[in-house]
Amino acid sequence: MPNEITFEPNLRQPDEFYAKLLAAHEGLTKAQSDALNARLILILANQIDDPGVLAASIDAASKKIEEK
Amino acid sequence: MTKLFETPLYPYQSSPDQRAAVPVRHPVVIIGAGPVGLALAIDLAQSDVPVLVLDDNDKVSFGSRAICFAKRSLEIMDRLGCGDMFVDKGVVWNLGKVFFGDRQVYEFNLLPEQGHKRPAFINLQQYYCELYLVERIRALQTAGKPVEIRGGNTVTALERKVDHTHLTIDTRDGAYELEADWLIACDGAGSPTRHMLGLDFVGRVFEDNFLIADVIMKADFPTERWFWFDPPFNKGQSALLHKQPDGVWRIDLQLGWDIDKEEEKRPEKVIPRLKQMLGEDVEFELEWVSIYTFQCRRMEKFRHGRVIFAGDSAHQVSPFGARGANSGFQDADNLAWKLKLILNGTAPETLLDSYDAERIYAADENILNSSRSTDFITPKSEISRIFRDAVLDLAEHFDFARPLVNSGRLSLPSTYDGSPLNGPDDPALPRRTRPGAPAADAPLDEDWMLNRLGTGFVLLGFGVDVPQNMTVHGVRVRGISISDQALNPMLAERYLGSAKNAVYLIRPDQHVGARWLRFNEIDVQAALARLIGRNGEHAQ
Repeated sequence: MPNEITFEPNLRQPDEFYAKLLAAHEGLTKAQSDALNARLILILANQIDDPGVLAASIDAASKKIEEK
Repeated sequence: MTKLFETPLYPYQSSPDQRAAVPVRHPVVIIGAGPVGLALAIDLAQSDVPVLVLDDNDKVSFGSRAICFAKRSLEIMDRLGCGDMFVDKGVVWNLGKVFFGDRQVYEFNLLPEQGHKRPAFINLQQYYCELYLVERIRALQTAGKPVEIRGGNTVTALERKVDHTHLTIDTRDGAYELEADWLIACDGAGSPTRHMLGLDFVGRVFEDNFLIADVIMKADFPTERWFWFDPPFNKGQSALLHKQPDGVWRIDLQLGWDIDKEEEKRPEKVIPRLKQMLGEDVEFELEWVSIYTFQCRRMEKFRHGRVIFAGDSAHQVSPFGARGANSGFQDADNLAWKLKLILNGTAPETLLDSYDAERIYAADENILNSSRSTDFITPKSEISRIFRDAVLDLAEHFDFARPLVNSGRLSLPSTYDGSPLNGPDDPALPRRTRPGAPAADAPLDEDWMLNRLGTGFVLLGFGVDVPQNMTVHGVRVRGISISDQALNPMLAERYLGSAKNAVYLIRPDQHVGARWLRFNEIDVQAALARLIGRNGEHAQ
């Protein structure tokens, strides 16, 4: 089911991704970091494209940890 | 142009109605000779429905006001006999530029879809629009059609009766009274009719102010649309530059809601801003400045018994996306044929409930689009500003972000999904021409599809022979059979998709009523009964 959101581990290189994400923010002000995050979300959303996956991702991110 | 503003187009003339012993009854009285009221009057008069337009003024609107007329409006104007006047005078533009802060982030070419008689839209001052509509009414009068405009006639009181409305009208010769079977209020955002009847809007989504100016450029200036987000000359707001006919450019500066209107209008304040916007060395002359306040809202119902609201009197949106006059024309388009069928006894009054259903649906769609544009243009929170700025920054470098830039979405006609009038559909046929959708234009036999549809009910057969004439429930249905030879790729794409043949029943406002793969007389009769509000009745 390629069009369904996954909550299973899916990143091939989780540590590398995480390190790159943090490195991108290094030395930035809060405003610059916020802008970077916003650009990143928009770029990733464009890759995902699928409206169902995007909506499910927003839903999942909106829920508080304890509700899961 | 100044002359056009000043010349009375429909000066006050005394009418025999003013001397009648008992108030004269008219089938349809329209209050307001703006674009919507005039369009409705033409539509009715063309169908020989007697119609009287009352207006407190006698001239065209002052200043450009509504300036973008979208393709669907031009198609409606074609049906009303004035499309060429609009398009011959109007300015067509395809190139747009988007600025963010002090830099240009991208430019775009609209590249409209091919195979339509009319462009995606034109820019034309509202005063020309009104002038052409009045000229069309004069031509109809010459041809003996039952239409009259009374300038200098101010409606001062209204009393609703069971089957009519009683009007008190003030003129310079004194007051007189009239009765209207149907009263249509096309008297604009501040609608006196609405106030006289004690009706008001539900909710208020938001309000904003715009400084709008018409300037005449002394030298050449490109025919492009320029839109600024957060420009240095209007911090935190937006600005728009548009070309109109006669070398007049229209400038819209968003001002926000908490402003001193008189201060903002002063030339000492306006001219330096315009210089910053256009460039110091560009010479121009300020022709007209006005502050325009809008609220984004609609009436709960547009039909109140025998009183019906159309255009801005019923609903108001922000100017982003040009949804004011364009949606008003669609109100008139939707209303005219229904009123005609009711007045000639063919349809029950309940048919007008579908005006409410369809045009409220459309108003909500316009308010939604307009609100989304406003949320993008004027971010309401810190995080919405962060995302807005991210979209604009990305748009400078990547095409993918450009569809997210929202400086107003092109006004497209509503598809009346879920309308009580919609008949059967066949899933094999293209989605864009489903029941409720406006019929798509396309080339047809050296002519255009929408020209051939004209006004009235039409049965279209694609690769299917349909009867040239049918009469169902007293309504004439004209048949057009399109042979395989006449079928071109654009028609096929818009009406057939992967199907080999299809039959479409088209309403007088050129929206699709029902469609099938094959012709079956009983099915057509049932769909027509539904379209005229006589669902479930058997054809005689």
